[in-house]
Amino acid sequence: MDGRQVTQGLGWFSLGLGLMEVLVPQRISSLLGLGNRQAVVRIFGVREIVSGLGILTQPRPAAWVQSRVAGDIMDLALLSTALAKGNPRRGSAAMAAAAVLGVTALDLLCSEDLSRGGAVDRGFHVRKSIIIDRPPEDIYRFWHNFGALPRIMSHLESIHEFAPNRSHWVAKGPAGTRLEWDAEITEDRPNQLIAWRSLEGADVDNAGSVRFERAAGGRGTLVRVELDYRPPAGALGATVAKLFGENPEKQIAVDLHRLKQLIETGEIARTEGQPAGRAQGTSKKYDEFVRT
Amino acid sequence: MKATCWFGKNDVRVEQVPDPEILNPRDAIVRITSTAICGSDLHLYDGFIPTLDKGDILGHEFMGEVVDVGKGVNNLKVGDRVVVPFPIACGNCFFCKKELYSLCENSNPNAAMAEQLWGHSPAGIFGYSHLVGGYAGGQAEYAQVPFADVGPIKIENGFTDEQVLFLSDVFPTAYMAAENCNIQPGDTVAIWGCGPIGQLTIKCAYLLGAERVIAIDRVPERLRMAREQGGADTIDYTAVDSVIDMLREETGGRGPDACIDAVGMEAHGHGIQYAYDRVKQAAMLETDRPIVLREAILACRNGGTVSVPGVYGGFLDKIPFGAVMNKALTIKTGQTHVQRYLRPLLERIRNGEIDPSFIVTHRLPLDAAPEGYEIFKHKQDDCIKVVLKP
Ligand SMILES: NC(=O)c1ccc[n+]([C@@H]2O[C@H](COP(=O)([O-])OP(=O)(O)OC[C@H]3O[C@@H](n4cnc5c(N)ncnc54)[C@H](O)[C@@H]3O)[C@@H](O)[C@H]2O)c1
Ligand SMILES: [Zn+2]
Ligand SMILES: [Zn+2]
Repeated sequence: MDGRQVTQGLGWFSLGLGLMEVLVPQRISSLLGLGNRQAVVRIFGVREIVSGLGILTQPRPAAWVQSRVAGDIMDLALLSTALAKGNPRRGSAAMAAAAVLGVTALDLLCSEDLSRGGAVDRGFHVRKSIIIDRPPEDIYRFWHNFGALPRIMSHLESIHEFAPNRSHWVAKGPAGTRLEWDAEITEDRPNQLIAWRSLEGADVDNAGSVRFERAAGGRGTLVRVELDYRPPAGALGATVAKLFGENPEKQIAVDLHRLKQLIETGEIARTEGQPAGRAQGTSKKYDEFVRT
Repeated sequence: MKATCWFGKNDVRVEQVPDPEILNPRDAIVRITSTAICGSDLHLYDGFIPTLDKGDILGHEFMGEVVDVGKGVNNLKVGDRVVVPFPIACGNCFFCKKELYSLCENSNPNAAMAEQLWGHSPAGIFGYSHLVGGYAGGQAEYAQVPFADVGPIKIENGFTDEQVLFLSDVFPTAYMAAENCNIQPGDTVAIWGCGPIGQLTIKCAYLLGAERVIAIDRVPERLRMAREQGGADTIDYTAVDSVIDMLREETGGRGPDACIDAVGMEAHGHGIQYAYDRVKQAAMLETDRPIVLREAILACRNGGTVSVPGVYGGFLDKIPFGAVMNKALTIKTGQTHVQRYLRPLLERIRNGEIDPSFIVTHRLPLDAAPEGYEIFKHKQDDCIKVVLKP
């Protein structure tokens, strides 16, 4: 079972437990000998459901798994009162406490694992694919013209080809900062594949590739992108992390949608610059990926 | 210009905002002459659709006059009178080529967000939350219309605004809801909800050959319109013990051949079931109240079709899926592929087969949009459909 499966399992566990606590609190509290604590059990239930949904549906499960850890501690506190001598159901309360302890250990492991997965320490590897309703030749040609890529990849400011197979990349950092590197094309198979990697002295070590496969049934091209970023340690590393946001996968998904829009429709769907009853046409809360 | 903006639950205001501009080559700007409030807008007004932000311009059912076009739009010119479909569709992608326009892959700039909730993103929609694009809507004096070379249909003079306005949404929605039922001679169709969608769905079901339509609601004037204008038999669901039993009774025990849910996520009801859904929805433990959907599934005859034009947003509880499986039901649903129906339905209006304007009960100036929402939501003053005139 990998980390993600454990996380999903914890999410469903939260949901199930939460629903039982909300719907039949008297059974749970009498089962554990918690006496008349239905209201508390019910609140705990709502908490479990919220973390369960968070884990299952949110892009950053780490924070939600941490919320489960907090929840486990609350459960243990409650159960420890049930473990007091004189509780006739001490046995089942003890079993429940043991179960919660076990789950807490799993939660802790999982939450550490998930937050270590962030961009700062390890760098990241992203894979995404999309189908574009054009032959591979067209998309290969578009991509091979590196200077045009910043139009679809909003974190890039420019790519300038200064020699055959060599280009200079400038990425937008937070608060007006910039990250720069030179890159070389390491493999170039016309209409099939382009691969590149950064050269010595890059602000961020990175490598990428894009493959073009003819999609079945004449449905155009299956485009597969892979990117690897290994940011340096320290302050610059943090800058890189900010650059790709909390969610590099989502960023790449957005970029690939833009590529598809541009190639299929000739333009990129936009809302920036439209009217609204507030200072800006786009929303700070919901449009982070379409604001430039 | 003036525009109807969302500021929160039960809070819309007409505000002064900047005029829209051409942002992309395939855009057009339309000066709006008529725009309606839709049942879908009530879901926003009632706060049940997530990802709205203060200041969002609402409205997705509008028509008007073209006042500017981008250089990529060759089929429209300044001065043309057009009706604008509510889904935004590129005309180039896999889904648009299959005429599944409300599933366009290229029109939602926030597709990645919708993918996280639903697995995949539908098309962008005017004025209908950031999940489906965060586009400014059409309850305003002007609107910017993307892919104007694909969506808007030109209307020649000779039609009033109200005769053609509903091509933008409710008429095609009703038509698709009935078409999805694959109606055969002799069929009985049951339709829950006698709002604008229900009223037009009754007409479309008969147009497509239904033998008998049974319409269900509780609002007396809506039931009366269903009988008098639509020729349907009606059931007031507050006056019977069980709608399902009534339908079984009326169909010799077999059940209606097709059941249409024209109510959606905010269905009303009574008794324990309603209380259960109200509480769960309020506690955010379920997002929708699927009372009608459950009834439609249980009422439908074996091998029949449940067609769902009513809007749902998230997670629904206690759906009797065992009945769907064991009765071999077909479920058909979706945001309407409006672009597909514009020409054939305009033709039906021209031929006099149908005049959808009979649903209009209220005509108000744009400034009165907040009152319009209140009147429509609470069905005051026998309200069925509100049209705003900017
Ligand atoms: N699929 C699409 O593309 C599309 C397009 C437009 C509207 N819609 C949806 O269609 C639905 C109806 O729209 P409308 O404009 O007619 O809205 P509306 O709110 O005017 O009508 C809903 C009607 O349902 C009735 N109702 C409530 N609970 C009921 C129950 N338990 N049984 C029977 N009737 C009940 C109400 O009394 C009301 O008359 C909404 O969900 C709307 O969002 C979908
Ligand atoms: Zn609508
Ligand atoms: Zn499309």
